[in-house]
Amino acid sequence: MLNERPVIEVRHARKSYGAVEVLRDVSLKVRKGEIVAIIGPSGSGKSTLLRAINNLDPLTGGEVWLEDTQVNEALPPRRYEAHINRVRQDIGMVFQHFNLFPHLSVRGNITLAPMMLKGIGRKEADELAEQQLARVGLSDRVDFMPSQLSGGQKQRVAIARALAMKPKVMLFDEATSALDPELVEEVNLVMKQLAEEHMTMIIVTHEMGFAQDVCDRVLFMDRGLVVEQGPPDVVFRQPRHERTRAFLRKHLQLRD
Amino acid sequence: MDVELLLRVYPFFLKAALVTLELSVLSILLGLGCGALGAGARLSRHRVLRFLGAAYVSVFRGTPALIQLFILYFGGPQIGIQLDAFTAGFIGLGINIGAYMTETMRGAIIAVDKGQNEAARTLGLSRGQAMRRVVLPQAMRLMIRPLGVNINAQIKGTSLVAAISVVELTYTAQRYIASTYKPFEMFLLAGVIYLAIISATGLGLSWLDRRAAIR
Ligand SMILES: Nc1ncnc2c1ncn2[C@@H]1O[C@H](COP(=O)(O)OP(=O)(O)O)[C@@H](O)[C@H]1O
Ligand SMILES: [Mg+2]
Repeated sequence: MLNERPVIEVRHARKSYGAVEVLRDVSLKVRKGEIVAIIGPSGSGKSTLLRAINNLDPLTGGEVWLEDTQVNEALPPRRYEAHINRVRQDIGMVFQHFNLFPHLSVRGNITLAPMMLKGIGRKEADELAEQQLARVGLSDRVDFMPSQLSGGQKQRVAIARALAMKPKVMLFDEATSALDPELVEEVNLVMKQLAEEHMTMIIVTHEMGFAQDVCDRVLFMDRGLVVEQGPPDVVFRQPRHERTRAFLRKHLQLRD
Repeated sequence: MDVELLLRVYPFFLKAALVTLELSVLSILLGLGCGALGAGARLSRHRVLRFLGAAYVSVFRGTPALIQLFILYFGGPQIGIQLDAFTAGFIGLGINIGAYMTETMRGAIIAVDKGQNEAARTLGLSRGQAMRRVVLPQAMRLMIRPLGVNINAQIKGTSLVAAISVVELTYTAQRYIASTYKPFEMFLLAGVIYLAIISATGLGLSWLDRRAAIR
């Protein structure tokens, strides 16, 4: 167990847009079954880091590994395209704005990628959709269109869609930030349940309470750096850095 | 207003309207084909294709359609392209409207939320798969209305081929004026028939637009 490769390893990640450095030497290891929260002020590079993990935003320096595969391996364009498409099947991602496919039913949203990429038939795909919807508590919505769902339901379908690819890790980028307050809890419950199933997760969040309850480790980022990380109890109760303290003062106050 | 004359000539105008319709349908189909290729080229990863797409658009939108028709029909034989007037007419018009449709289609594809492509790519779909299964189906719905504007313009634009003597609606009106000296009646009749074609097309397009709306 100790010698097992991390599911995700980021080594010395750098990213700049022109002269602006968004990530400045960020490293991160996430073990199998581990749940890591990333917190930090807006613009600190949380999304950029998350999106570098599946190469939606390519790094300008450093490496990303998924187990023993280098996600951002230097390959000729055509081979890299095939490589990254394979790698992404193992990395589920959930976006702030759900990004459900509005022209497809809930079923269509979930079965599209498995049918195209895993070579499974309609019947098997339908069963898969039903299983994943049951997991997020939406079995009765299989034939709905996305526009007929509430925000919370949309996000749960988006989670089911990602889970249907049987990913090795799930990335959440502020999955509840776009939701009305009363809809946040249903999505949090689904994420908690995934935590109990020992899904490996990296969760960018503004909800300190949720991070504290669910995560094994918290990373505080500021201006492209990981300022501080550790178990939630330590980071939240005895932060070592002034920047962390300042951030937490603001956000813990806002919560109650 | 010479009503008796109108009643006498209108069957010939209707026959000419059929030619206008044929020209419209053929040139619009050709235009849609050119538009799809053009938009594909303009959005390509390859610089050469992007350049060719942009050049196509700027040349054919940057010169009068009438000049394009003249070059094809009168200039063509000089470089070994011998086309009858009708063929030259629909090909010239089709390539011309294709340049406008290129921009319409490209605009609709770009207008699809970037998050849609990202979500598809994140699941592991390739660029092509994401385009075909996620972006294009949404772009198609977005392009119905603006393509309708192109189509409307094109139906009216078919009257240009009167200048290379294709016997369509406008040319027919001119011919009857030469023998009847009644330009008011003749052009009015032609205008009414154009209006009828355009209105029917408009109704058809808005029906399509409503049907295609994502529920
Ligand atoms: N495409 C881009 N071009 C230029 N700057 C960008 C781009 N995307 C993000 N940034 C900048 O990178 C920084 C980090 O952004 P982001 O990772 O989205 O932060 P966070 O998710 O922590 O709020 C911000 O300052 C943002 O303005
Ligand atoms: Mg962000």
